[in-house]
Amino acid sequence: MPEFDTDSKLAQEYKYGFYTDIEQETIPKGLSEDVVRIISAKKEEPEWMLEWRLKAYRRWLKMSEPRWAYLDYPKIDYQDIHYFSAPKKQEEGQEMDPELLKTFERLGIPMNEREALSGVAMDVVFDSVSVGTTHTELLEKEGIIFCSISEAIQKHPDLVKQYLGTVVPPSDNFFAALNSAVFTDGSFCFIPKGVRCPMELSTYFRINAADTGQFERTLIVCEDDAYCSYLEGCTAPARDNNQLHAAVVEIVALNNAEVKYSTVQNWYAGDENGKGGIYNFVTKRGHCRGHHSKISWTQVEVGAAITWKYPSVVMEGDYSSGEFYSVALTNKKMQADTGTKMIHVGKNTSSTIVSKGISADQSSNNYRGLVQVNPGADNARNHSACDSLLIGRECSANTFPYIESENASAVLAHEATTSSISEEQLFYLRSRGIAEEDAASLVVRGFCKDVFKQLPLEFSVEAIKLLEIKLEGSIG
Amino acid sequence: MADLEIKNLHAQIGDVKILKGVNLEINKGEVHALMGPNGSGKSTLSSVIMGHPDYEVTEGDILFMGESILEMDPEERAKAGVFLCFQYPVAVPGVSISSFLKKAVDARHPEGKAPSGPFLKEMRENMAFLEMDASFANRGLNEGFSGGEKKRMEILQMMMFKPGMVIMDETDSGLDIDALRIVSKGVNKMKNDDMGLLVITHYERILTYIKPDHLHILMEGRVVMSGGPDLVKELEEKGYDWVREQAAATA
Ligand SMILES: Nc1ncnc2c1ncn2[C@@H]1O[C@H](COP(=O)(O)OP(=O)(O)OP(=O)(O)O)[C@@H](O)[C@H]1O
Ligand SMILES: [Mg+2]
Repeated sequence: MPEFDTDSKLAQEYKYGFYTDIEQETIPKGLSEDVVRIISAKKEEPEWMLEWRLKAYRRWLKMSEPRWAYLDYPKIDYQDIHYFSAPKKQEEGQEMDPELLKTFERLGIPMNEREALSGVAMDVVFDSVSVGTTHTELLEKEGIIFCSISEAIQKHPDLVKQYLGTVVPPSDNFFAALNSAVFTDGSFCFIPKGVRCPMELSTYFRINAADTGQFERTLIVCEDDAYCSYLEGCTAPARDNNQLHAAVVEIVALNNAEVKYSTVQNWYAGDENGKGGIYNFVTKRGHCRGHHSKISWTQVEVGAAITWKYPSVVMEGDYSSGEFYSVALTNKKMQADTGTKMIHVGKNTSSTIVSKGISADQSSNNYRGLVQVNPGADNARNHSACDSLLIGRECSANTFPYIESENASAVLAHEATTSSISEEQLFYLRSRGIAEEDAASLVVRGFCKDVFKQLPLEFSVEAIKLLEIKLEGSIG
Repeated sequence: MADLEIKNLHAQIGDVKILKGVNLEINKGEVHALMGPNGSGKSTLSSVIMGHPDYEVTEGDILFMGESILEMDPEERAKAGVFLCFQYPVAVPGVSISSFLKKAVDARHPEGKAPSGPFLKEMRENMAFLEMDASFANRGLNEGFSGGEKKRMEILQMMMFKPGMVIMDETDSGLDIDALRIVSKGVNKMKNDDMGLLVITHYERILTYIKPDHLHILMEGRVVMSGGPDLVKELEEKGYDWVREQAAATA
């Protein structure tokens, strides 16, 4: 495995910045109907799936890239991207490529079933394909389907047909249309009626190949009275070119169902001059289709050069609820425009928004959120708290809360604060023997507490560490 | 040479000169009281001893255990054994008392990490001693604390860190009678030959609980009068005008 200089400053900060030298099968750069056909053929998809993709592609051609976000980046050349890249297939019955195994070990993801983390089932997506899923048999016993979306299209076409694109239709937005045309892999989770998924379901996304876009597609369905908790992690090599990650995640919750979705996003963010890094354009939406259903998004966003992401919940079922807990950290030249949309449709629906933005260095960190109450959504309730923490004087933070209420019975509360780490806090902590950097990270950790406590314990420990590493050098 | 020596200390913030030649010597095992009118520089002196970055020392020196601490960061001074009970303790929202105390105790530990079991036991015992509810351990540091609760929190920290030199900046202000008794109980429990104490106060009352060996009076950035414990009574009767006259007469 070729090393990038592990002693370098960058390697200290971003230990995931290495790449794996394995034989990959990559199709030439560019996007056309033929490319869509090639992707579909590589995945041995049924005809209906190809038609679905082509329809999305034709739609995409008529759309233009949204530019309303508070982001500044050069024009993306969609013909200058590889739309499919996968490690060369091993012979049937052979184990996973040892280089790949090594890669995942280095990323802290044990892939063979023996060492697999107990309590967490993993699906791992490497560039355009899923390279393995753990604990599948154990889950099958419960009737749970957890596999790559490619496998689901072949083995569970009826379920996929029933739900795919019903939360985020291909025409939803430019990036969703693009994703629908060329999506490569992602996870499919199906929890049948009455089943509480006994372990965390988790997908790890790794971009490896150069100049390759990753188009993740994930679909999670919880039937009546079902529950699952899902966690997504992502990393990429440190490269000088920008790379595109355009994902669509759809969640469906039927009556009394609950889905907790957590992300720890640590894509390569570029260097201190803003060179390189992932462009992260993501459409994530949950649909509380049944009464008393609940969908909760928790995100810890510490990577990517550009983030455009608004995990949303449409609360259609009566008494359903949506939650959004977010920590978004930007440093160096990173730009984030992120937030949520809470759409109240059913009666007695409630939503909670807790957003913590931390900006350091010359970064720009923007919260953009919409709370919409439709005419029929009697007694809708929302509570939003959006706090920004500034570290240093060159960064910026903005809050754009939009409220559209068409029902007079709605009770909506919004709070927003902007603060910086105060000298007095630092002096107080330092006077107790705590070093300056530790003091600052303690303040930051306290600031994020309400979000971190939503994460599964082991991931919350990880997230805190990640934040500390990211902030080293930005403080003091 | 005294354990803490403040020699001809001049300090300013921006262009405002606040300390104008403070001299003070405190040994471990001794209790010194420091009184003085509002704005005379008592809190400034505390901050400068602790190393607050906003204050500039323009003249003089502070020696602790024979070595100048002026070049040391606040955290190094703390680890050397200096502890300041703040007049206005600062809130750090979301950081629980137990995790904060652990971090500070770890920082003092030779291996950088104190074992959790004994730490928790000691914390609970000290909290019980200070009649603090056990649930406080999970609350954010000084977050929404009443004035009296904050002061108790300062004493809890002192008990956990076992410093060699303690400066209490108006720890008695704003305390009700019971709280004053509890805080004093904590201080007296800690008092021994390995700890020196500088009690800054406006009131005689705390000095009936924590008995000083010496009293100093600070005015306009200088110690203008020092004496034994009897001076407390005299000052209470005659007031600062008398001190001013005396100081003028001897100047
Ligand atoms: N940051 C600052 N900027 C300007 N002046 C300051 C600053 N800090 C302190 N001072 C001034 O220095 C003087 C001494 O203040 P200090 O807080 O040390 O007094 P004190 O003796 O502790 O008073 P009190 O008894 O009211 O607590 C005051 O005149 C105060 O206004
Ligand atoms: Mg004062």
